[in-house]
Amino acid sequence: METVREWLNALRTGECSARDAVTTALERIRTVDPQLQAVIAIDPERALAQADTIDRQRAGGEDPGPLAGLPIGIKDVICEKDVECTCASQILKGYRPPYDATVITMLRRAGAIPVARLNMDEFAMGSSTDHSAFAITRNPWDTNRIPGGSSGGSAAAVAARMLPCALGSDTGGSIRQPAALCGVTGLKPTYGRVSRYGLVAYASSLDQIGPLALTVEDIALLLPHLAGHDPHDATSANLPVPNYPAALFQDLRGVRLGVPKEYFIAGLDPAVETAVRSALHLFARNGADCVEISLPHTEYAIATYYIIATAEASSNLARYDGIHYGWRAPESTTLDEVYSHTRRRGFGEEVIRRIILGTYVLSSGYYDAYYLKALKVRTLIRQDFTRAFDTVDAIVTPTSPTPAFALGEKLNDPLQMYLSDIFTVSVNLAGIPGLSVPCGFSPDGLPIGLQILAKPFDEMMLLRVGHAWQQLTDFHLRRPPVCATSFSRPTTHA
Amino acid sequence: MITPETVAYLARLARIELNETDLARFVPPLQEILAYVAKLNELDTSQVEPTAHVLPLTNVSRSDDPLPSLSNAAALQSAPCTDEGCFLVPPVIE
Repeated sequence: METVREWLNALRTGECSARDAVTTALERIRTVDPQLQAVIAIDPERALAQADTIDRQRAGGEDPGPLAGLPIGIKDVICEKDVECTCASQILKGYRPPYDATVITMLRRAGAIPVARLNMDEFAMGSSTDHSAFAITRNPWDTNRIPGGSSGGSAAAVAARMLPCALGSDTGGSIRQPAALCGVTGLKPTYGRVSRYGLVAYASSLDQIGPLALTVEDIALLLPHLAGHDPHDATSANLPVPNYPAALFQDLRGVRLGVPKEYFIAGLDPAVETAVRSALHLFARNGADCVEISLPHTEYAIATYYIIATAEASSNLARYDGIHYGWRAPESTTLDEVYSHTRRRGFGEEVIRRIILGTYVLSSGYYDAYYLKALKVRTLIRQDFTRAFDTVDAIVTPTSPTPAFALGEKLNDPLQMYLSDIFTVSVNLAGIPGLSVPCGFSPDGLPIGLQILAKPFDEMMLLRVGHAWQQLTDFHLRRPPVCATSFSRPTTHA
Repeated sequence: MITPETVAYLARLARIELNETDLARFVPPLQEILAYVAKLNELDTSQVEPTAHVLPLTNVSRSDDPLPSLSNAAALQSAPCTDEGCFLVPPVIE
């Protein structure tokens, strides 16, 4: 019982009650997580209470929802009413949101049970999850390496089979890159597809919530319970939500796949290039039409992203003042000290760096040279994709230029860490959807991810291509060493 | 080129207390990042419109219906310091 589909089957047939499902997930966390530290907090009582409600509904002949009893992990950046939400930051210690994020409301309505708060880079700023104030999460494939970030806890928890699925958030690759580095499947939906209400903001014009799971099929089962218009988020799109699972019944014949030449560059790890090239051959052999395309402004994406994201962050993070919620530096004796001591000691180094950078690019005299310039280049990057999608249905690229790097390796070299986002940030700038699926392993046994991109709101195409890929390969089903033996049966209680 | 004085000024704008040691540590990576992002100057964007937002949305409005709002207790539940239903801060008036 590992994939969402397997968990749901066991729940539907009665082989496993909702209480059994939650108990099983909690036991797996207790067994595996000490080695990985993917989990920030669990609240067994709350999860079991929701499970019991579902079991009672089922016993009483009521339909408890299509995801009834499914345990899910939540990145610690998404609000659950009265559950501590820290964004892995000291400054939010003690923050218990007074409301649920819309995605939490929707998941609960479908019967899914949030069981764990998952680790991340502080305020989702990082590509390694070693910028968490609380714990360093390790990669299940090699515990001396990072799981990727910022949704590293989500990816590690799913890869280690602690939980069948998790929510992450993706501002510049924070779902796709950890999914790639941990060997799981992760989707960043189109900007506006999923409500951001209750997602703690990092860069509001780029942030998007999305699911991580073992298979594309699982993603297709979850997405209908995340997507849709929300009156609480004025930037959520008022468009119909397609029947996502229907995408799984279409094959690759006639699909035009674009391969951007700018993504096969110096610095691309040879094992990654080999895996992605092999994938292209397999796609072509199975009826897809692979053509080279150009996204000429690719090399400007990182610079554009780090100007826009930090500018938005400096504004969004102004709200952490030591007054309204969370933590206050205890020795503050004046109002000014409440602000400046709380923010110095409450934020970690990377967050402070990004706030200062964002303050700089927005400050008088530099706004036009940096921020406005970046907004214009963003237009060029978007146009690259719009033109490409005139001739292709989807674009296929590596997700990350390298497999997982060593813990702490880029901690003191922020620019090097930023450059590792080279294949993912353009997607957020353009607002298009992106999916990462496992596509091979390095000689050291580390997972490699394949990124699939489509037109805005064409998640159907991603699911179609991704699922077809997973019908042809089994990389997504391989187990990391931390859980080499299968967790086959649920824990049942008399 | 960004200097320790600039960073001190920006930190002040952002209300983050940085001491001399912090400044010495923060300046070099910021210089490196800003030198890198200057790469955008290679592009002529004089004829390009800025994109602040990817969705084709302008002025999203809704009907002005009264709805329940947060209670005083809920609004204060995560505040580090409260008193008599208010957020408590150090005195700001002599």
